[in-house]
Amino acid sequence: MTAALAIDGLSVVFDDFVALEDVSLTVAPGESFGLVGESGSGKSTLLRAVAGLAPVSAGTIVVDGKMLGDKRDKAFYRQVQMVFQDPYGSLHPRQTVDRLLLEPLAIHGFDDSESRIVRALDEVGLGASFRFRYSHQLSGGQRQRVAIARALILEPSILLLDEPTSALDASVQAEVLNLLEQVRAARKLTFVMVSHDLAVVTHMCDRLMVMQHGQAVEQLASTDLAAHRVTQDYTRSLLTASEGFRRNG
Amino acid sequence: MSTLLDVRDLRVSFPTRTGMVEAVRGVSFTLGRERLGIVGESGSGKSQTGRAIMGLTPEHGRISAEKLEFNGIDLTKASKAERRALRGKRIAMILQDPKYSLNPVMSIGRQIIETLRTHEPVGRAEARRRALDMLAAVQIRDPERVFDLYPHEVSGGMGQRAMIAMMLVAGPELLIADEPTSALDVTVQLDVLGILHRLVADRGMGLIFISHDLRLVSSFCDRVIVMYAGRIVEELPASRLSEAEHPYTRGLLNCMPKIGVDRHPLPVLDRKPEWAL
Repeated sequence: MTAALAIDGLSVVFDDFVALEDVSLTVAPGESFGLVGESGSGKSTLLRAVAGLAPVSAGTIVVDGKMLGDKRDKAFYRQVQMVFQDPYGSLHPRQTVDRLLLEPLAIHGFDDSESRIVRALDEVGLGASFRFRYSHQLSGGQRQRVAIARALILEPSILLLDEPTSALDASVQAEVLNLLEQVRAARKLTFVMVSHDLAVVTHMCDRLMVMQHGQAVEQLASTDLAAHRVTQDYTRSLLTASEGFRRNG
Repeated sequence: MSTLLDVRDLRVSFPTRTGMVEAVRGVSFTLGRERLGIVGESGSGKSQTGRAIMGLTPEHGRISAEKLEFNGIDLTKASKAERRALRGKRIAMILQDPKYSLNPVMSIGRQIIETLRTHEPVGRAEARRRALDMLAAVQIRDPERVFDLYPHEVSGGMGQRAMIAMMLVAGPELLIADEPTSALDVTVQLDVLGILHRLVADRGMGLIFISHDLRLVSSFCDRVIVMYAGRIVEELPASRLSEAEHPYTRGLLNCMPKIGVDRHPLPVLDRKPEWAL
């Protein structure tokens, strides 16, 4: 079976700064893969490079058996969709939800946009009453649902999630995570999810990669991480840190 | 234990186009020389509570309280000049993101000295020495170098240490920390909390730690207040968080994913309208 996403020796360099250095990974179709690390570890850069938002300096990215070039075709942008961290920054402030959802449909030449918009809103649990609202009339969780609806409306096979819940309250985070799991199961999507929160990543993903300073530290299964079967000191220190503050630690 | 801060029936409201909105609706608590955590989600009024104590409520906001007393000083009656003398000297505040709370066009050392000399008549050399001592106290390895750096030249963790140094240099009795580590990476978060923990313990300060992270607060504080819709729904010793009774507190604890616990889907919070009454 061809991998949904295969990255080999990927590097991203901005002027003199190496943001990502020789990173390789493969994600099977329908798998959920996590990227964990601190700020500056290159985890978001990796996602952006896949989406075509960061320059690829070296290495290859293969999506569904097709090698990606510098210029991606329209089919790619339908197949791969991205959800960003900040729901306040990723929705156009002067467009209604309807307009926001219509744009990708218009670009890709879908005809039954009316029914698709209604269905997309329904799928993310918002309902038709949200259709003609502006994003400032929505809460953070509702906005993130709109962003997810916008990503799903083109029926992609791969969803790139860049910290999709870190701007949300804990209770809203639970709702959005549940929604993501639900759509993944229903549509057999492949997820690549970036998060700084180990608990969120182990909850959502089967396998994960720990990153630091633009390099891969180690790849392991979530169950191994939960059982503390880790080989690298850095992963261990992340694990300790995620357990909270200890007074005499 | 002597009472440092006594808050009774604190209310903060803001006029909007659709009438007054009460952000804080009758909050009461007392604080001694201890660590008190205030936890709540966005819009619960936790930050406005801290700002009202600090005297940083926006001009158009209205504060009323039966009692708002700091060390015997009635804060509701204090003049602007009196509040200014307290602020920074006896009550200090640490904000969430050092990128925005530090002055971008002033070196870190000068900012610390500015705080010190606003409140104490100290000479130039003495001020510099104390600022450097303070930078060393927040475990900055090379204080002489960091002293001359500007905020954009340091990392988030370093910036937040500088912020703590600035807030503690005048020796306040009460420190309000509003999400002091939310903008930092997890491993840096622990270092900063460790520094805060030691300084607060050594100096016998009172600390109000405002955060959305229930788990973090309970591991750091002695007592926790849980707020919902502008009110306190539950108050309990941090060590007994697992015995929380209010359904909101329990729901909040329950809905977070935990490493090694397999729960699909995650339990979600079922908000009851009566919690906000």
